[in-house]
Amino acid sequence: MSSDGIDKSRRRFLTAATSVVGGAGVVAVAVPFLSSWNPSARAQSAGAPVQADISKLEAGAQIIVKWQGKPVWVVRRDETSLGTLSKITSQLRDPESNESIQPAYAKNETRSIKPEYLVVVGICTHLGCSPTYRPEITADWMGGFFCPCHGSKFDFSGRVYAGVPAPTNLDIPPHRFVAEHVVLIGDDGEA
Amino acid sequence: MSKPNNLMGWIDARFPLTKMWEEHLSKYYAPKNFNFWYFFGSLALLVLVLQIVTGIFLTMHYKPDGATAFASVEYIMRDVDWGWLIRYMHSTGASAFFIIVYLHMFRGLMYGSYQKPRELIWLFGMFIFLALMAEAFMGYLLPWGQMSYWGAQVIISLFSAIPVIGDDITLWIRGDFVISDATLNRFFALHVIAVPLILVMLVVMHILALHEVGSNNPDGVEIKKKKDENGIPLDGIPFHPYYSVKDIVGVVGFLILFSVVIFFMPEMNGYFLEHANFEPANPFKTPAHIAPVWYFTPFYAILRAVPDKLMGVIGMFAAIIVLFLLPWFDRGKVHSIRYRSTAFKVLLTTFVISFIALGYLGAIPATETRTWFARLFTFAYFGYFIGLWFISKNENTKPVPERVTS
Repeated sequence: MSSDGIDKSRRRFLTAATSVVGGAGVVAVAVPFLSSWNPSARAQSAGAPVQADISKLEAGAQIIVKWQGKPVWVVRRDETSLGTLSKITSQLRDPESNESIQPAYAKNETRSIKPEYLVVVGICTHLGCSPTYRPEITADWMGGFFCPCHGSKFDFSGRVYAGVPAPTNLDIPPHRFVAEHVVLIGDDGEA
Repeated sequence: MSKPNNLMGWIDARFPLTKMWEEHLSKYYAPKNFNFWYFFGSLALLVLVLQIVTGIFLTMHYKPDGATAFASVEYIMRDVDWGWLIRYMHSTGASAFFIIVYLHMFRGLMYGSYQKPRELIWLFGMFIFLALMAEAFMGYLLPWGQMSYWGAQVIISLFSAIPVIGDDITLWIRGDFVISDATLNRFFALHVIAVPLILVMLVVMHILALHEVGSNNPDGVEIKKKKDENGIPLDGIPFHPYYSVKDIVGVVGFLILFSVVIFFMPEMNGYFLEHANFEPANPFKTPAHIAPVWYFTPFYAILRAVPDKLMGVIGMFAAIIVLFLLPWFDRGKVHSIRYRSTAFKVLLTTFVISFIALGYLGAIPATETRTWFARLFTFAYFGYFIGLWFISKNENTKPVPERVTS
């Protein structure tokens, strides 16, 4: 082996090996920085379940409860508004809630445990605005929720109409009734 | 190589001060026929400095905290000596920055400043534009008003349109289940240090690339093709003092207009500072009409024009990506609009009209008719790039002069 000859392949191997090890180091050290952007322990604990007393909620009324910092609506529906649900099925994008987010026990027409009470996350599935509650029924509006940002429309069960920008129905959070008029949002006793 | 025996000589032996001064100013030869449209590059630099200086002073009084941010801005406006002026300079400066950058980009479209061999200048410029949009968007969250909050909510939610991982990405960006203190805090960090650093580096690259290739001009002819016996372009004049002095005229004109806005209409009737932003952020109540600040409205109108969430987001980002690719959409050899075909002039006019129309439509509430108009102008916007690709191949151009015209 000549002493002044340069072993190119050995040099290439060393360059490649150093790059790979260095690259792995960069990737590894990126993890803590990127992870620091995840919701912190404090933010996650603020996502704990909340209780809402709905004994004073009148028929047709809506209350807003804060859960995980999000507005969660509890709406008490009367016979009239529940009656609209089956009439508009053909105008909805996902009437069976097949592509929408809800616990299994709320995958029904009223999207609720008790038909009377709708518990729903008040954030539009389009771009996160909070829709407004529009219960008054008129000739061309069967009542429900309307998002002022981009005009998405939802029925009294938070089911999205076809032809509006929102892709899915409003999310139903996990929830359960711990007493007849007390609802626990964020925990359904399962899993 | 001997250096003069004085302070400059001492420095030059250790740092290329004179060399840099000559390369970029006193011996940087720019075409002698620059017109009004060539003010906007140096004006953009001026506004960048203005934003950095006013921004630094604002951070001395501002609190990046969900509970106190809104009040600290009001504190700056009412209790800090001259705080209102510094804050209005910063907020007006943001809008001024975009006016200048849009005019600067339009100049590039008109005179073909993006064409070969200046593609990299254009690309660096587009990255500056992108960084500027990020900077403006994150800065707008900081006053923590209703429009700050819901504007950020909508824009961050754009990422939820990404299939499968979209929701996790939005959660990661926000650092919470909704826009919150965590989001505000990280946007503050990005707004005051990360993005400005990137911006300044990109500006340096933009100018280095420009000075390597040399400036284009309203005739679109290369002045480096005709040089005198010393190798100096016949149609070139040193940037300093000729254009440094000319640019001062632009600076004075700009500062007059800028002052008028700051002192007499700092909110610009809701276009520079939106009315809803004088109300503190309320996570439970979306304002009845939400619109981004004017400089984002053309892209926002495209988003709204598409009736599908994912396609709308793709359309909006595509509107920016096509701009990046402009040097390759344009297959023409002639640079300046002065010698290009009527078809080019028609296309560019349509593009400008549709951009302004989209900007208008994006600022007002959508109705069915307006949405159809937004769709029409969206087609016209993208039509520019496709049309340009077709017409520029065998374009019926006028003869281009050998030297710049006076």
